[in-house]
Amino acid sequence: MKLYTKTAHELHDLLVRKEVSAIELVKTQAERMQALESKIRAFVTPTVDKALEQAARVDAKIAAGEAIGPLEGIPMAIKDNMCTDGVRTTCSSKILNKFVPPYDATVVTKLKEAGAVMMGKTNLDEFAMGSSTENSGFFATRNPWDTERVPGGSSGGSAASVAAGQAVFSLGSDTGGSIRQPAAFCGVVGLKPTYGAVSRFGLIAFASSLDQIGPFTRDVRDCAHVMNAIAGHDAKDSTSAPVDYPDYTSLLGKSIKGWRVGLPKEYFGDGMDPEVKEVIEKAVKTIESLGAEVAECSLPHTEYALPVYYLIAPAEASSNLARYDGVRYGYRSESADDLITMFKKTRAEGFGDEVKRRIMLGTYALSSGYYDAYYLKALKVRTLIKNDFDQAFEKFDCILSPTTPSVAFKFGDRTDNPLQMYLSDVFTLSVNLAGIPGLSINAGFAQGMPVGLQIIGKPFDEARLLQIAHAYEEATGCHSKMPDLGV
Amino acid sequence: MALTKAEVEHVAMLARLELSEADVERYTTQLNAILDYAQRLQALDTKDVPPTAHVFPLHNVMRDDRIDPSMDREKIVANAPEEEDGFFRVPRIV
Repeated sequence: MKLYTKTAHELHDLLVRKEVSAIELVKTQAERMQALESKIRAFVTPTVDKALEQAARVDAKIAAGEAIGPLEGIPMAIKDNMCTDGVRTTCSSKILNKFVPPYDATVVTKLKEAGAVMMGKTNLDEFAMGSSTENSGFFATRNPWDTERVPGGSSGGSAASVAAGQAVFSLGSDTGGSIRQPAAFCGVVGLKPTYGAVSRFGLIAFASSLDQIGPFTRDVRDCAHVMNAIAGHDAKDSTSAPVDYPDYTSLLGKSIKGWRVGLPKEYFGDGMDPEVKEVIEKAVKTIESLGAEVAECSLPHTEYALPVYYLIAPAEASSNLARYDGVRYGYRSESADDLITMFKKTRAEGFGDEVKRRIMLGTYALSSGYYDAYYLKALKVRTLIKNDFDQAFEKFDCILSPTTPSVAFKFGDRTDNPLQMYLSDVFTLSVNLAGIPGLSINAGFAQGMPVGLQIIGKPFDEARLLQIAHAYEEATGCHSKMPDLGV
Repeated sequence: MALTKAEVEHVAMLARLELSEADVERYTTQLNAILDYAQRLQALDTKDVPPTAHVFPLHNVMRDDRIDPSMDREKIVANAPEEEDGFFRVPRIV
């Protein structure tokens, strides 16, 4: 029985039937993790010892005849930009290399309460800025389907760990596509929830009006279970939404007959890899065959999303990253005799190129004389982008698109040209600007690599996005394929 | 409006980033490419469009005026690059 191929809900059944113990699960998962780490490099900090302690508590509960929850005893991983009490949290940056938070992020607290077992902290593009995990301040993570290719980013470690079977599920964060794009590249399920649906308390901020935490899982049912554990209002996060949160599993298995599905014409134009397009068109036909009515729709301001994003996100980042000055935590340059020089040297030595580029861009866009032309203009166009979605959702239940214009690219292919790299997020970032949910599932394969299908929905409509994704998964079985890693 | 090297140096000062001559050269080229790309936003008339800073209406979050225990001082200064007697130590300011 290859445990690493199983989903959380399958493992839950095995735990309940006592066919496997939580300790065995952690041990076999840790073996898998270690056997593949030299190849994949998904983890910045493994926490297997702590995982064994947590698993022992779950086993004690099972032995005592107590009921266990759906994530109890399930090995998982957390992107290394979410605070974990007593466990190093680096953002894959030299500036936070030795930072040990004195508290847990709310999502971490919630997963602990749900009994999930943390196997480690996963690699990312430094401060979640990037689309390939090549911008990690430590090392690059590799795509389990082809180790010559990137896993996507910025949550590349979290996506790769699930695709490779090193963790059953993981958490990532998504500012412009950082969950959905790596989910597409690695062939797993990735959900960016509605802004405000998952607390950001303890998430190390990149662009506060866009960042959202969400799950990577092997199938849609698992995604629903993780959402049940992490979604909800949190008084510690002033942007957390005080709404009623559903049981995200409640609509799984229900028919999608009569659904109105929109295909934005702007997402199917030039620039998309023809083989990716073919896979997506086939996926759309499958959705149609399940009883949905598919029609073209328009999101006319799509072409402006990328420039809007690359003004707003760096502007917010430049403000959020001002706190790294070498005074209270993190790296401090040793070669400075006065305070201002210490700030400047600490930040120059501690931050990598992409982070500095965005801090510079954001500082410029917010500076006196340029604020109106760049930042304010971007906020206004953001309104137009949001209005496009509002209008589309008057007619449609959800919108389908490719998650990315191509399959995972090779290492180094786009590192010299920031604009070219930014284009890999072109289909995902409008969703963050509008604050709505987006889900990526594996639609099929092109050039031997997974292709992501993105399903975009109305605010707080995640349960229905999971419903349609589940229907697709049941019809095609694409999610059950795993890369052959020879271990 | 092309960004000059002097402006890049000024922005670096505002952002408290020490840049080498080569960095200034590189960032001037790269930031100009990104800002050129952003110029396409000027094609849109947004005179009557309100800005969206946050997608959902935000309200101040208030809590009762009650004294809760603070976070443990030792735990906080444990992350400090330099600490003395429970304080953060920094190079002299004046």
